[in-house]
Amino acid sequence: MRFFHFIIEPGFFSSTVVTTALLIGFLTAIVSSVAGTFTVLRSQSFIGHALSDIGTTGGAAAYLIGVPTIYGFVLINLAAGTFLEVLGIKNKKERDVATGVVLGGALGLTSLFLYLDTTNTSGSGDTMNLLFGSIFTVQSSLEVWFGVLAVISLLCIIVTYRQLLLASVQPDLLRIKKRSPKLAGISFLAALGLAVSMSSIAIGAILSTALLIGPAAAAMRLAKNMRTVFLYSSIIAVISIFLGVLLSYDSYDWPPFHHGWPVSFFVVSIIFLIYLATFIPKPTKAHNRTQKTLPVGGSNV
Amino acid sequence: MFEPFMINTWISASIIALVSAVVGFFISLRGQAFIAHALPNGAFAGAAAASLININPLFGLGAFSLFGAATIGFLEKRSKKDVATALGFVLLLGMGALFLSLTTQYSQQIFSLLFGEILGVSQSQILPTALLALLTLMLAVGNYRRLLYTSLVDEVASSKKISVSNNNFIFLLLVALVTTMAIPVVGTLLVFTLLIAPAATAHLVTKTPKTALGLSVGLALGSVYLSVALSYLSNWPIGFFIGITGLFTYTMGHLWIKLAS
Repeated sequence: MRFFHFIIEPGFFSSTVVTTALLIGFLTAIVSSVAGTFTVLRSQSFIGHALSDIGTTGGAAAYLIGVPTIYGFVLINLAAGTFLEVLGIKNKKERDVATGVVLGGALGLTSLFLYLDTTNTSGSGDTMNLLFGSIFTVQSSLEVWFGVLAVISLLCIIVTYRQLLLASVQPDLLRIKKRSPKLAGISFLAALGLAVSMSSIAIGAILSTALLIGPAAAAMRLAKNMRTVFLYSSIIAVISIFLGVLLSYDSYDWPPFHHGWPVSFFVVSIIFLIYLATFIPKPTKAHNRTQKTLPVGGSNV
Repeated sequence: MFEPFMINTWISASIIALVSAVVGFFISLRGQAFIAHALPNGAFAGAAAASLININPLFGLGAFSLFGAATIGFLEKRSKKDVATALGFVLLLGMGALFLSLTTQYSQQIFSLLFGEILGVSQSQILPTALLALLTLMLAVGNYRRLLYTSLVDEVASSKKISVSNNNFIFLLLVALVTTMAIPVVGTLLVFTLLIAPAATAHLVTKTPKTALGLSVGLALGSVYLSVALSYLSNWPIGFFIGITGLFTYTMGHLWIKLAS
């Protein structure tokens, strides 16, 4: 029992803060890992990350006019995602740069909103919360919101699944069939925007990228087909979040300050270690395996 | 606007705009805007670490941007480029979150590292900025041709016996140097926008690398001067003006092409 207490501090499961954190963490992990799989497949990590920063712009604007920040996050992410897809820049490099310019503009707006926030209201503590948000400060009233957003996001992907997969792996094939990959692209970016909004609020805007990309990238190195990719990816995401929450809860009496280490630090470190662990070579049938893994996962192209 | 205390601001703004435009030229050519975002924001962790152990933030920034560049370079050889950048980036961010939570510093200082306080540049900041700028420019000019090759087509470069992975590292090193140089003066946000927007616009509207490079420098200097002036007059954060100017010129660039064709 004593050893058990050493791993899980007393009161872990009876605290409502923790149960809320676990529930929201679970929903976020599932949605992020599914959306993340397509993000990695389509090499759109930068857009995935940009949306989390652009979300902050919406959050800051919402805060400025006094509505719940989640509205700001969701609305601006949907808008930005649709905008980038409608621009329809096909060249990968150009698309990347365009994302950067849009992100730069959005960040500029964020700095203005935050400036106005801090000059109109008291301190800059809210700023930090917006940027580095913590899963322990999510209000339990948001649970329903998260449930609804999770369902919509997953539906966006499930409904267009086949077309999206084809558009991600073999866009030329789709063009031969005279079908535009645009619809699948827009519905994917909507799903991505929602997933990123959720994770921005749960683990902070700047760290949602870890949850989006890490588990999916690790899963692609391990799995042999799409179904197992989704399975592994969501398992890795859920484990990282749960373990991160647990460690952060435990860290309340760790040195040096005894006020707890941030969840996001633990989550990111766990995800990073899991990703590194996928590079440890398998002792048996190593040769066979490399040939069978998905061509999109590992190679540097 | 041109009082003695503003002289440092104009000098450091010019240096940073010049160097960012040159490095941004390669970033835009390679389509690696994510790197330009990841290293400055990630190196922010170094500033937090430096304030934790009470040393000059410049050392923290330098150490962490080099560490970030090395991590991304290591992962790039083993996975997709964007995935490598994302993972190296979040590793730095996670450490940053930890250091920030451990410091008891007033968050205003952190705010200024994020969004920049260019209107209060001190004399002592000019020398390190200028030295780092010189180093970066020498590295960029010395490797101009090699970088141009690898930035355009990896295959051509490897057929010319230019090592692609070495060049990728030189490129990452360039971004790390700009990061270290510019963050203490102008903040992470501004570095990112300066690295992306002028060069992106220049690439859109020009045909040869040399004119693109020249226009990139011109646009960067122009938008920085305009933003410093507007920020001085309105008291609003300079990052806002830089970001919006960048977005505006880029959109104009797209319109220009549409009209020309």
